Amino acid sequence: MNWAPAFLANPERFMAFSRWAAPLFGVIAAVLAVVGLYLGFTAPEDYQQGQTVRIMFIHVPAAWLASFIYLCLGVASFLSLIFRHALADAAAQAAAPLGAAFTLLALVTGSLWGRPMWGAFWVWDARLTSVLVLFLLYVAYIALRASMDDEAKAARAAAILALVGAVNLPIVHYSVDWWNTLHQGASVFKKGGSSLAPVFLHPLLIMGLAYLSAFGSLWLVGIRGEVWRRRAEAAALRAAKA
Amino acid sequence: MSRLSALLSRETALAWGRGGGPLVAVGFYAGVATLLPLAIGPEPARLAAIAPGAAWVALALASLLSLERLFERDYEDGALDLLTLSPTPLELTCFIKCVGQWLATGAPLAVAAPIAAIALGAKPDLAPLIFACALLGGVAFAFVGGIGAALSLGARRGGLLTAVIVLPLFVPPVIFGGGALDAFSSGLPWVSGFALLGAYAALAVALGPLAMAAACRNALS
Repeated sequence: MNWAPAFLANPERFMAFSRWAAPLFGVIAAVLAVVGLYLGFTAPEDYQQGQTVRIMFIHVPAAWLASFIYLCLGVASFLSLIFRHALADAAAQAAAPLGAAFTLLALVTGSLWGRPMWGAFWVWDARLTSVLVLFLLYVAYIALRASMDDEAKAARAAAILALVGAVNLPIVHYSVDWWNTLHQGASVFKKGGSSLAPVFLHPLLIMGLAYLSAFGSLWLVGIRGEVWRRRAEAAALRAAKA
Repeated sequence: MSRLSALLSRETALAWGRGGGPLVAVGFYAGVATLLPLAIGPEPARLAAIAPGAAWVALALASLLSLERLFERDYEDGALDLLTLSPTPLELTCFIKCVGQWLATGAPLAVAAPIAAIALGAKPDLAPLIFACALLGGVAFAFVGGIGAALSLGARRGGLLTAVIVLPLFVPPVIFGGGALDAFSSGLPWVSGFALLGAYAALAVALGPLAMAAACRNALS
């Protein structure tokens, strides 16, 4: 994947690529989501969880994406901080609200699942708490960007915050092992293969891919919008000077 | 070396002397500790169960208070420009600023923490551990908080923004310290939580100044 940032670093090439890639990813996401949801809703009931097992197909991919988007945000922030690349900064700016939305989706669906299963909408378990912290980090990032008038300064300050917050990501990931409380441990990716039955695993993986390409599509659209906004601003500035 | 000690005495004197210094932080801390039983109810059994944790959370909140002035004052009157120009690396300057902040607010709060916890009903034999946790946690709060203070330089509503940035980063030290206190009061091994708190404080001391210096340079550019 080393070639991808280098190839897309050129804004013209990026705009040409994202022009067809964004709708393509959107179509892939829609098709995969239809297939995944169909398989998910026709899967048999779980012997313990009953119908509520189907929430998993919405919830688990959202939780995966919540962490994955923070990784994207961190890498984009790193590139914009070190190389002062404008496109990387636009990518970071577009990723933050998407990450906040997926994290919120994971939290809401998780609490809807928790009500019948644990008997409570919210449990102060380590992993739930660290996903909530991840959401707060996204909010802090967006708030910091929004409260500075100088865009260049806001971009660099926000990039530093994103890298500081990246220290939090391993805590999100390993908190299950550290505190090991109410939330069940990792069951899909672990040593000795998945402990999930294939009838549940396949729709889950398809939904994961659907979420991933939906994020890809929305992210590209967001970056494109940001590039257009900056171009319009520069054009307005030029017109004002002339 | 004399330059560093001069800087340290300047930072400590500014943090101690201006704007009420440790009195404001300790006063706020005492205020939060007073409001807690009013909201929760005066039954000693109920209060005793939450006393160490409540004292610990109030401490994290109190250490937020004076952060706002850590860089803002020097940024406004131009002293930060001069500090950047000095031969001392800005990272070291930020480190010393946080040490001064800790001496002026973290250490007084650490003295007040066991008193507040015992007043709320914690067992007196918990006092040394609360003091040690507050001393060590104060280091983490000062260095992590410094990052937030430096990042919100030049932003609108800087003080509130600092809190929004810093509170999520306070989660690990609050968990580790609270875990150590909880384990001690229920007679379990408490060293692991205390050691993790120390590890987090060490990480904050090592990496915090780098982020603070980068944020200061960005604000001044």
